[in-house]
Amino acid sequence: MLFLSGDEAVATAAFDAGVKLGTGYPGTPSTEILECFESLGGQAQWSPNEKVALEVGIGVAYAGARAIVTMKHVGLNVAADPLFTVAYTGVSGALVIVSADDPGMASSQNEQDNRRYAVAAAVPMLEPSDSQEAYDFTLRAIEISERWRVPVLLRITTRVCHSKTVVRRDGDALPQPRAAEFVRDVRSRVMIPAFARPAHHNLREKLRQMAAWNTSDGPNQIVEGSASLGIITSGISYQHVREAVPQASVLKLGLTYPLPLELMRNFASRVERCLVIEEGDPYMVEAALAAGIAVEGKPDMFRFGELNVARVRSIVAGDTTPEPKPVAGKPPALCPGCAHRSVFASLKNLDCIVAGDIGCYSLGVLPPFDAMDSVVCMGASIGVGLGLRHALPPEQAKRVVSVIGDSTFVHSGITGLVEMIYNPPPTGHVLLILDNGTTAMTGMQEHAGTGRTLDHAKTGKVVFEDLARLLGVPNVHVIDPTVDTPKFEKLVKECLDKTELSVIVARRNCLLAARYIREYERCNEQQGN
Amino acid sequence: MSSKVTNIVIAGLGGQGVLTCSDIVADVAFHTALDVKKSELHGMSQRGGSVSSDVRYGAQVFSPMVPPGEADFLVATAADQVPVNAAVLREGGTIIDPSHIDESKLRNKKSLNVALLGVLSRHLQFSEQEWLAAIRRILPEPLHEANVQAFHIGRGA
Repeated sequence: MLFLSGDEAVATAAFDAGVKLGTGYPGTPSTEILECFESLGGQAQWSPNEKVALEVGIGVAYAGARAIVTMKHVGLNVAADPLFTVAYTGVSGALVIVSADDPGMASSQNEQDNRRYAVAAAVPMLEPSDSQEAYDFTLRAIEISERWRVPVLLRITTRVCHSKTVVRRDGDALPQPRAAEFVRDVRSRVMIPAFARPAHHNLREKLRQMAAWNTSDGPNQIVEGSASLGIITSGISYQHVREAVPQASVLKLGLTYPLPLELMRNFASRVERCLVIEEGDPYMVEAALAAGIAVEGKPDMFRFGELNVARVRSIVAGDTTPEPKPVAGKPPALCPGCAHRSVFASLKNLDCIVAGDIGCYSLGVLPPFDAMDSVVCMGASIGVGLGLRHALPPEQAKRVVSVIGDSTFVHSGITGLVEMIYNPPPTGHVLLILDNGTTAMTGMQEHAGTGRTLDHAKTGKVVFEDLARLLGVPNVHVIDPTVDTPKFEKLVKECLDKTELSVIVARRNCLLAARYIREYERCNEQQGN
Repeated sequence: MSSKVTNIVIAGLGGQGVLTCSDIVADVAFHTALDVKKSELHGMSQRGGSVSSDVRYGAQVFSPMVPPGEADFLVATAADQVPVNAAVLREGGTIIDPSHIDESKLRNKKSLNVALLGVLSRHLQFSEQEWLAAIRRILPEPLHEANVQAFHIGRGA
C-alpha cells in the first residue's frame, strides 16, 4: 500500500503500464505527474507548450507505444488543435491526455470545465475521485485507448491532484506494451478531407459502441441506499456526497464521456428524487435532461468554485442562502529580494501601461507595485500590448510595455515576437522578458531557455536575445535589474522614448532556484557534456 | 458518519513547513493502517501567503477536506492564521499555536512546525515511537536531530 497524491498515482500507473514517453508543460495542479514519472524511472520531457507536448505524444502513439501527455486545464486550450483531429485519426498505441482542472482557481486564471472538451472533441473522458482511482483510471485509460484506438482524456481536479489517499498498486493489470514499430496507415492518419470524412463517421461509431459498453461494463459504481433520494455524481464530488448524504443511493460515473445514459435513466427511475451533483458546469445534468431523464441539478450559485461537504448538504437541502465569505488570509507576494520587485518598481515609476502575463510576476499587479494592467493567458502580453499600441492615442501608446517571463516566452511568446516584427505599431514597442532561469511559479521546472532537460541534464538552449536579434529587433538589451535598478529604469525609459522595437531581457536567476541552478551547472560541467 | 473520523487542520504561511507537518501527521496515521486522506493547495499560496492543509483519518474517510465546523484540532504555525481558519474548528475543538512553545528552546527556529506536532501528539492515540518514525521518514536525514528535539519540546510542553 502506498500513500500518494493523485498526481503521483497517475505517474505510478503510467510507469507500471510501461508508458514509453511522458510529455507536458508545467501547470498547477498537473506539474508533479511528469516529475514523479521521471523519478520512478520513466522517460519524461517538458515541451515548450501543451500543443507540442500533445503532438509528440501523438507521434509516440502512432508508433504503437504508450504515451501520456500532462497539462493544466487551460493548457488544453493550447493543445486543442491537435486534440480535435487526433480524435479522428485515432492511435495505434495508447494516448492518455491528462487535463488537470482547477475549480475554485487555486492557481489559475479561469475555472473552465474541460468535460466540455470531451464532448466538443469527441474524446472519451475518465474522472477519478481519489488517488486509487487516479491510479486505476490511468490504467483504464490506456486500456480504452488501445481497445478503441482513440485518445483518452483523464480529467483530474485540484483536490484529486493534491490530496493524498491510500493506493494499492497493481502493476500486472495491463498486458505488456507492444514494441514500437511503424505501420503505414495513410487513410487513418492523413486528414485531407477525403480521408477525414469517413474518419468522422468512424469516430461516431466508436463513441456509440463506447456508450453502450459504458452502460453495461463501464467503470461506474452504484451505492445502494435510500429509494427516496438518488444522486448521480462523478470525480471528487462523489467523496463529498458520500459524507454529506450517507443515506442516499449513489450512481458514481467513472467514464463521463460518452455518458452511460441508459444506466443513468435506469438509476433515476428507481428513486423518488434524483439529483445530479457535479462540480463546475451543469454538464451531466444537461445531458440527462436532454435525454429525457428525470433529474434535477444544483442551484446556479454552486456552479462557482469547488464543492465540499457543506455545499453538497446545501444542494441536497435546496438551501440557497448566501454563503459566508471566507476570512481573507494573507495574499501571496513576490519573495523579498526577488528581481521582479526591481522591475515593477521601475515600471511604476515610469507610469507604464503594462500588458502582463502568467507567472510569479503576475503578482506585480498587487500593492506596493500596482504595475500590471492585463493578464489574459500564456503569451498574451505581447499581442495585447501591441493591440493597445495600435489603438491608443500616441501619448498613451508610448507608455505600453509587454512583460513576459522566460518560460512563458518559450511557451507562446515567440509567435508574439514575430507579430511584433511583422506588424510594428507606429510608436514602436517595448518587450520585457523577465528571465529568472526557471519556471518559478510551478516549482522551478526547466524549459528550452534554461538549456537543461526535465531531469536537469544539459541540452540545446534557446537564447532570447539571439532570437530577437535574428528576427530583426533593432534594440536588444540584456541587463540584471537588481545590480543597478536606476540604470535599468533609465534603459526602459530610453526604449519607451524611441519609436522603434525594443526587447529588454531582464536576467537574474530566481532566488529560490539559484542554488539548484548552480548545482545543475556544476554537475553538467563535471560530466563534460 | 457513523465511525469517528479525526479531523486536523494545519495552517500557517508559505515557507513555515505547513505541508511538511501535514505529511508527518498523515504518515503516522497511514502507518497504523487507518484510512487517511490529506488535502492541500499548491501554487500561488507558496509565495508567502496563507497555506492550510487538512488531514483526516479513521476507519473510512470520504472527502479529503475537513468540513467547516468539524475540525477537532487547528494547528497554526503563525498566530495570525488562527482567526483566518477559526471557522473550521468544531465547538470545543483544540487550537495549538506558537504560544504553546518556548521558541528560545528550539535548536532550529524552523522546527516550530514539528514542535507544534509534539503538542498535538499528546492529544492523539499514536505512540511516541510512531511519531518519531514518521518524522524520520518524511524529513531528510540532516534535519532529523533538530526536529526530534523540537518534537520532544512540544510533547513535553
